[in-house]
Amino acid sequence: MSKETPVLPHLDLAALPGPDTIRREELPNGVVLLVRENFSSPSVVLSGYLLAGALANTPDSAGLAFMTAIAMTRGTLTRSFQQIFESIESIGARLSLHGGTHTTAFQGKALAEDLGTLLELLDDVLQNPSFPKAEFERLRAQQLTALAIREQDTGARAQMAFDTLVYPGHPYGLSTNGYVETISKLTPADLRRFHREYFGPSGLVITIVGGVKAEQVLELVTSTLGQWKTKKQREMPDLPILKSLKKSKRVEVRLEGKVQSELVIGVAGPSRYDADYIAAAMGNSVLGQFGVMGRIGDAVRVSAGLAYYAYSAISGGPGPGPWQVVAGVNPKDENRAIDIVQKEIKRFTTRRVSEEELYENKANFIGRLPMQLESNEGVAGAISYVERYGLGLDYYQRYQNLIAGITRDQILDVGKRFLDPERLAVAIAGPERGGV
Amino acid sequence: MSDAPKPTLVTRLRNGLEVRLKEIHTAPLATCWVWYRVGSRNEIPGRTGISHWVEHMQFKGTPTFPAGVLDRAISRNGGIWNAFTWLDWTAYLETLPADRVKLALELEADRMANSLFDADEVEAERTVIISERQGQENEPSFRLAEEVQAAAFRVHSYHHGVIGDMVDLQSMTRDDLFAHYRRHYNPSNAVLVVAGDFNTRRMLSQIREIFGPLPKVPAPQHISRREPPQSGERVVNVSGPGETPYIIIAYHAPAANDEDFLPLTVLGSVLAGASSFNFFAGGISNKTSRLYRALVDGEVAASVQGGLAASIDPYLYNVHITVRPDRTPEQALAVLDQEMARIIEAPIDEGELSKAIKQARALFAFSSESITNQGFWLGFSEMFADSTWYESYLDRLAEVTPQKAWEVAQKYFVDSNRVVGFYRPNSS
Repeated sequence: MSKETPVLPHLDLAALPGPDTIRREELPNGVVLLVRENFSSPSVVLSGYLLAGALANTPDSAGLAFMTAIAMTRGTLTRSFQQIFESIESIGARLSLHGGTHTTAFQGKALAEDLGTLLELLDDVLQNPSFPKAEFERLRAQQLTALAIREQDTGARAQMAFDTLVYPGHPYGLSTNGYVETISKLTPADLRRFHREYFGPSGLVITIVGGVKAEQVLELVTSTLGQWKTKKQREMPDLPILKSLKKSKRVEVRLEGKVQSELVIGVAGPSRYDADYIAAAMGNSVLGQFGVMGRIGDAVRVSAGLAYYAYSAISGGPGPGPWQVVAGVNPKDENRAIDIVQKEIKRFTTRRVSEEELYENKANFIGRLPMQLESNEGVAGAISYVERYGLGLDYYQRYQNLIAGITRDQILDVGKRFLDPERLAVAIAGPERGGV
Repeated sequence: MSDAPKPTLVTRLRNGLEVRLKEIHTAPLATCWVWYRVGSRNEIPGRTGISHWVEHMQFKGTPTFPAGVLDRAISRNGGIWNAFTWLDWTAYLETLPADRVKLALELEADRMANSLFDADEVEAERTVIISERQGQENEPSFRLAEEVQAAAFRVHSYHHGVIGDMVDLQSMTRDDLFAHYRRHYNPSNAVLVVAGDFNTRRMLSQIREIFGPLPKVPAPQHISRREPPQSGERVVNVSGPGETPYIIIAYHAPAANDEDFLPLTVLGSVLAGASSFNFFAGGISNKTSRLYRALVDGEVAASVQGGLAASIDPYLYNVHITVRPDRTPEQALAVLDQEMARIIEAPIDEGELSKAIKQARALFAFSSESITNQGFWLGFSEMFADSTWYESYLDRLAEVTPQKAWEVAQKYFVDSNRVVGFYRPNSS
């Protein structure tokens, strides 16, 4: 039990997803299906992932997983691009695929009455994409346009510069969306090969939440994705060991015609598998989330008036994703803002958070859960998350106690372990200083 | 207790505060929204951006709840809060566990009357807002959209953006802001919406207790300066860095309460895909829309989006095109013009109409699911019509015919009714 007073909010466990209200089925071909019924909703959401991502790409093929995922909806053996989207859009539904670092994720939403149509389309684009040449070329041109826009985007440029500093020679240092040179070289054959090698039912997780009966969902999924068979499905390579920075490093990207600078300051943070991840997430909340963006927001925005946004973020994926502070400031204030952020990080890693901060962040983590789990999207995301990290279907039943048990020492320890103020990466993208 | 949905309670307190209450028992949450009938529409040159800045100052404390106390209190209770300023309105929202919603009511009643507007806080916020504007200026599409909007409205106050002009952000004073606050933040100029897991009778009694003591002040009068019809196409050019050209084509559009508005909504759906008027609901893709097929499948653009806003006075139907770097804006505009000619030459077919209606039904369902979104709709529709606008939306949309849509297309989609804006990269 927590020693803090006053008392933390109390959750109604019966209203939260748990083993009694989530149906979990492993189909014979390896597909894992999770369903939660919600008949107060007229809609249904599906979300999930396959273990096929940019980790399998090389620096020369950066963007391959990303392009494969979006190209999969551009034509199948039996449906053209326009036929696929006519089926989706004519029922007011949405369906998208996204190729990330570790996984290819899919998301869909429709009126509950249209789940069958949506699943059939998802099944077809996952199993039978044909990567038609003409569609691929259109997509490539669109992606090259997006990359040209990215070149001019201070937020994207600062993040990429930060990733290059923190993850040299590591897959996390590469852009999942690729680069002009790599996207220009890809061919439909590359996408076809990547799909053939890495996509399959093994490791596929699909979560469906909404106004549909679990039994009916099971039948629909069994008759679609449940029939997927592949001869051989390659596994994602392991993440290489990441070397942490020996000392602070700084990189500046200067862009013509901009008026504001974007700052990204931080380190490689803990993975979701780290035993202290929840303590780190709560520490991050104190540092740059709680209220109007935590201590960072207080110092940079409220006290100094330097920025419209200034916050910290922790990613908590399968590997050491960034733990970073982000702020948008006037170019003349870059160094002042960086100093303030460094001071806050130093304070965070040398002194325990206060009793009051710990209490109010715990109360926030617990109290916000019903809102996070109000929508079908929220529940589907939460269930997929639990499955992805092996947290157990009773995770949200245990959640309140997990949060209540976090201590000030744990937060300080995990902060010290990751956020060394002498070994920070600092990336800036903005106009020439003094040029505005 | 019956599971049947309870009707929305519509009432008005003696001090003029309009109240809308809707019981929803699907989650242990409640949402509280206060909508003020003030936005950039109510601003004059020299004070542009003032409504948005006042919104920022509403988070800077009152004698009862000093700055920093409230945001912590909301977060500690597992809630969220936020605020939004738009053309016609400014809205404040809190969503909390249902048993904590009194906190939101107390906060909103307090800052309706007692915000401090401390001079130092005003100065600190000036740089924050300038920073917000500079962040937007980093985007070529913002710079173009701002110029197109200004070109479209020579007379009406929709001329300037919500963020305001830089010169005004640099020069406005604490007293300007405070005067704007005092003029517009009164019960008679506001709508309070509470939706969620509560008992309506008890909630109303709590609202009377908390908001009832606020004094009755006459609602501010606003005189809109009507925009005269355009007498020819207007063209705007903006240049800057990058290699991607953009085009915005803005057609003057009817007000939300006009009979032409829903036919234009259907046309917008056919042209560039369906979108929701709810700012907080996701949309759907538009890959089968006429403009996507012509421009993106036709290999002149990387993307195209359309947007119609529900506003008090006639505003704009905008089409945004991101041109491929290997094409010119003129090529893209020529393709768009062919499609606009097509939509005024012949009515849309029944298939297109029924698809637009099904899309609207789905989007409407998606955008009404959460308790927060229910609160949004109830207040939002009051800003330019009343809640029946939202409740009857799908029925009225289903009454649109291809013939009616055709008449509306012929009326609005003419060159003399539009502004065409080009963003031309310096590098090209």
